[in-house]
Amino acid sequence: MSKTFDIIILGGGPAGYVCAIRAAQLGLTTALVERSKLGGVCVNVGCIPSKALLHSAYVANLVQHDAKKLGVTVGDVSLDFAAAVKHSRQVSEQNSKGVGFLMKKHGVTVIEGTGTIGKGRTVTVDGTTYPAEKAVVLATGTRVKGLPQVGLELDGTKVISTDEALFLQEIPSSVAIVGAGAVGCEFADIFNAFGAKVTLIEMLPQILPIEDAEAAEALRKVYKKRKIDMLVSAKVSKGEVGDDGVTISVEVDGKTKEVKADMVLMAAGRALNLEDIGLEEAGVELDERGFVKVDEQLRTTAEGVYAIGDIAGPPMLAHKGSREGALVAEMVAGRTPHPITYDNIPSVTYCHPEVASIGLTEEQCKAQELDYVVGRFPFSANGRARAAMETDGFVKIIRGKRYGEILGAHVVASHASELIHELAVARENEYTVEEIDLAIHAHPTLSEAVAEAALDSLGRALHI
Amino acid sequence: MIADPDEDISGVVGGAAGATAPEAAEPEEPVEAAAKPEERTAPAAPAAPSPAEPRPTGEAGRRIKASPLARRLAEERGLDLAALSGTGPGGRIIKRDVESAEVAAPTAAPAPEGGYQDVELTQIRKTIAKRLVQSIGPVPHFFLTSEVDMERAWEARARLNALEQGPRISFNDIILKVVAQALVEHPSCNAWWMEDRIRYFRDVHLAVAVAVDDGLITPVIRHADRKSLREIATESRELAERARERKLTPEEYTGGTFSVSNLGMFDIDQFTAVINPPEAGILAVGSITEKPVVTDGDLEVRRRMRLTMSCDHRVIDGATGARFLQSVTLMLENPLALVW
Repeated sequence: MSKTFDIIILGGGPAGYVCAIRAAQLGLTTALVERSKLGGVCVNVGCIPSKALLHSAYVANLVQHDAKKLGVTVGDVSLDFAAAVKHSRQVSEQNSKGVGFLMKKHGVTVIEGTGTIGKGRTVTVDGTTYPAEKAVVLATGTRVKGLPQVGLELDGTKVISTDEALFLQEIPSSVAIVGAGAVGCEFADIFNAFGAKVTLIEMLPQILPIEDAEAAEALRKVYKKRKIDMLVSAKVSKGEVGDDGVTISVEVDGKTKEVKADMVLMAAGRALNLEDIGLEEAGVELDERGFVKVDEQLRTTAEGVYAIGDIAGPPMLAHKGSREGALVAEMVAGRTPHPITYDNIPSVTYCHPEVASIGLTEEQCKAQELDYVVGRFPFSANGRARAAMETDGFVKIIRGKRYGEILGAHVVASHASELIHELAVARENEYTVEEIDLAIHAHPTLSEAVAEAALDSLGRALHI
Repeated sequence: MIADPDEDISGVVGGAAGATAPEAAEPEEPVEAAAKPEERTAPAAPAAPSPAEPRPTGEAGRRIKASPLARRLAEERGLDLAALSGTGPGGRIIKRDVESAEVAAPTAAPAPEGGYQDVELTQIRKTIAKRLVQSIGPVPHFFLTSEVDMERAWEARARLNALEQGPRISFNDIILKVVAQALVEHPSCNAWWMEDRIRYFRDVHLAVAVAVDDGLITPVIRHADRKSLREIATESRELAERARERKLTPEEYTGGTFSVSNLGMFDIDQFTAVINPPEAGILAVGSITEKPVVTDGDLEVRRRMRLTMSCDHRVIDGATGARFLQSVTLMLENPLALVW
């Protein structure tokens, strides 16, 4: 037996490392086991590097399309995806180092290697078994996956995942993207901005299938203008990899359509990292969907073993995992933290314009037969958006008719990711649309559109 | 139960209790504007905005932590936030607390077998509930009961009605006339409790509980002390009729200074009525029944009636109430006293 810790966490992504920090802050001796780089998918091959590439895409569009009108004439524009990737990698590496620094700062012991759990709260890494006095926390996350059942197994060159896309040294002339959720839509934006011909293929009836239909439609219009092809209600039936690219057979409206591209990016779902980590041995059961079975306090079926982040169930979002990590740390330290409001987790797609949402979509309100009123405000009527030539999108607030509660909010805007949090705070505190209006919004800001949408839901918008 | 077969008693039915409210039309005291929450969705344009929505506070003036949504839910459902415990951060009352409170409270008792009908509360039922709860809670009641010999009143009424001039007189009319007269003699019972003072009235405005289809209402006989028995009989009949037809205007059922509630026609011997604040007293009238009574050593059968007066002790003390009741008894037992 080697060193004993109060709490041992498997996985150094946003769920695991936040859990480690909070546990250490609360005085627990803490170990974090990571087989690759600290920060996990988010920092290394997910959220962070893709945001860097998306910013490059934004600048590419800005200088090519809007700069001249804004009074900045640039000469011949050349796009260098390798340089964009280089910047993106630097950001990731800095952030990963930053996580390492945070571990050191809080006195968290980082154990490099692949951990497996055993009976009675133990974790084994490279033959060494570490007992956990209080808890073992599983935060092993997810990985990319292909669609081998239709012939689209990831091969790293022609059938790629985001793991490869983030490292490409040059942009292919054409890309098919399977899956038009947040990841698919973001990479469509990046590839399109750097000059590739992009075809987005989505099985469900709209791009961004979990978003409000109106928000998805707003993005569809922008993408259409940017000449991104989109196939919805489209089922991939076959993929064939040849020397000169990939041919994908897609069934749309009962007809089979062929999509040819140099490369296909698989962006439909992720695989859970639950194999070979000793779940059975430790007595950790899975639920019928394959996630780790947890109760409301994120306890698994094994005593003293918790699961957080992607493996504990949807939504698979870094900020959801981080909150779960902090919550478990508090509970293990003997505190009674406030439970997580799972119906109040913002969802953001960082394409241009960005799409952000919280709460229910209008479609969900209808399905639940709620009595609601929709308030809208378009950015075409917002001075700040006009000044920046970023008038695409709107704020949509769904107000409960009777009490004025914010059932859901949907923002499509250049900075929707930042605007959504006013509504997150409002919902978390059970503010009604009237409290949104009562708070004075600075002029001129994009946030004014949030206040106006709140007013519009009361039938008294001012600037439209 | 004693009433002539042809006597119309349906109108002047006493309610179980104090009855609906004088919404105390208070000309002298303008309602403070700041105390009224501003209409949230559409503030009246010229009105000065209220500085802040009044926040419900606990007993000691402590601010109750509750989300805006929880406040609205509680307000609409008539729940008192002070009675709820919060499960939000720092004990803040949130939506689910209000919702679970509601589920926990009234539906706890299972409905008995045999089917039932849920009936929405009418406005009148809500007002009755609100007023009575207000009353029995903060109003310190006490009760005085007295048995009255009604032989002479019986005879007087029979003779008057035999004249067949003017309206038929009911026992209730006689009681109203007597109470009005007694209140003139005992102004200390003709009063309102005004929280910071007691308002004694010079005039007597008698509120009479009248049963209507879905509740009860208390039309007021104004200046009952200046009205003859015939006038009271006419007016009480007319008011009762209009009450049943729902044609009373608010002025006609507010502003009483004392109430009379009569359940005699339901064979109720005696009962206690709930004071209708801000009034300080109410007289509950039971049925007239024949009873064996010992008078001067002889056993006789006499018509007797029980009166119970509910008093707000903040206004009326025991002896004060007792003297008032004595006067009422005296006049009922000696109807000629009315013309003294």
